Amino acid sequence: MKFITSNFVRCAVKSCDGTEGSFPLNFQDCKLQLEEQEFNEEFIISMLERLDWSALVKVASQLGNNAIPPQKPSLDDINEVLLKDLHSLLLETQIIEGKMICDNCQHVYYIKDGIASFLLPPHLAK
Amino acid sequence: MSGSVQPTIEEIQQETEKFHSRGNSKIKESEFVHDVYNEIAQHFSQTRYKPWPIVKEFLETREDKSIGVDVGCGNGKYISINPKLFIIGSDYSTGLIDQAKSLHKGEKCNDIIVADGLNLPHNNDKFEFAISIAVIHHFADENRRIDAIKEILRVLKKGGQALIYCWALEQEKSRRGYKEGMEQDILVPWVLAQKGKKKKDIKEEEEKEVDNVEKPPVKMRFYHLYKNGELIDNCIKAGGKVVKDGYERDNWWVIVEKE
Repeated sequence: MKFITSNFVRCAVKSCDGTEGSFPLNFQDCKLQLEEQEFNEEFIISMLERLDWSALVKVASQLGNNAIPPQKPSLDDINEVLLKDLHSLLLETQIIEGKMICDNCQHVYYIKDGIASFLLPPHLAK
Repeated sequence: MSGSVQPTIEEIQQETEKFHSRGNSKIKESEFVHDVYNEIAQHFSQTRYKPWPIVKEFLETREDKSIGVDVGCGNGKYISINPKLFIIGSDYSTGLIDQAKSLHKGEKCNDIIVADGLNLPHNNDKFEFAISIAVIHHFADENRRIDAIKEILRVLKKGGQALIYCWALEQEKSRRGYKEGMEQDILVPWVLAQKGKKKKDIKEEEEKEVDNVEKPPVKMRFYHLYKNGELIDNCIKAGGKVVKDGYERDNWWVIVEKE
């Protein structure tokens, strides 16, 4: 799973809808791998608008990256170094193994062989 | 025809009775959709590579850099059609997601996860577009099919559009010949290719053991065949606004918008 996807997934349990703990998920015991990707400045800039910045900072720090500015940089503050860092974090960082925990219901989702599974046990699924 | 690999009418009837005897839709889908796709994933994936034109056009006309979901992405044949988008593809079948993962390794414009279309792990109002191609017909009752469309609409932003395809009842010209008036809830056989067996080998075996010829394994998948107007009706019941609809290659399709 690419790091960027952590910004677009939450707990799949319906009763967690809208709760604070269900997004972002709490990433634990993760194994990371870098997979080189072509740098596309425009794509990263356009992503800036779409990303939930505080979720991004939180998950990055759970994965050991504390270098992300705590506030979303404005378009004037952006420089190539920052964009390349973001490119590397968002698209090149693969989470190969790990757990994603919902801080609301404590359900644990697993990432194995690079694939995250959000299937729920029958009693939690609709 | 001797040696036909298709199941007999009796075999299909037997499986159909088994299907109807299952207690609820979840169990039916688990046995007659999820388990089957996991078993046929590799062979199925080999047959799924040609994009359908309307799906391609829908993806090519999304705004550059928009973000979408492909619900029931299978082997991911649509997740890299337009590299200017970012698509999160999901499927219930881990077997199919494994195929997608190996086919789309190293691509930047997508990611792949295992998820249930009725319980998508995404926030509300998050995505600019969605596609769900030949998926919703696998839910075993109408409420679940409508809920699946609701779930797609839930994760779309206001004004976001979803392209949905479902298999049609009206496909008289197709090899399967389903048509108006027929049963809409059906089981469709998938004949697995036999691995590592050449025709010659099979022939030799036949000569040796005539009564014990090994038939290739057949797996039965559940489908609800949509009749004319039904998909539009389901989308309206799900709270969406149908902006375009049509028929292509034995399927009904709609573009449904979140209001």
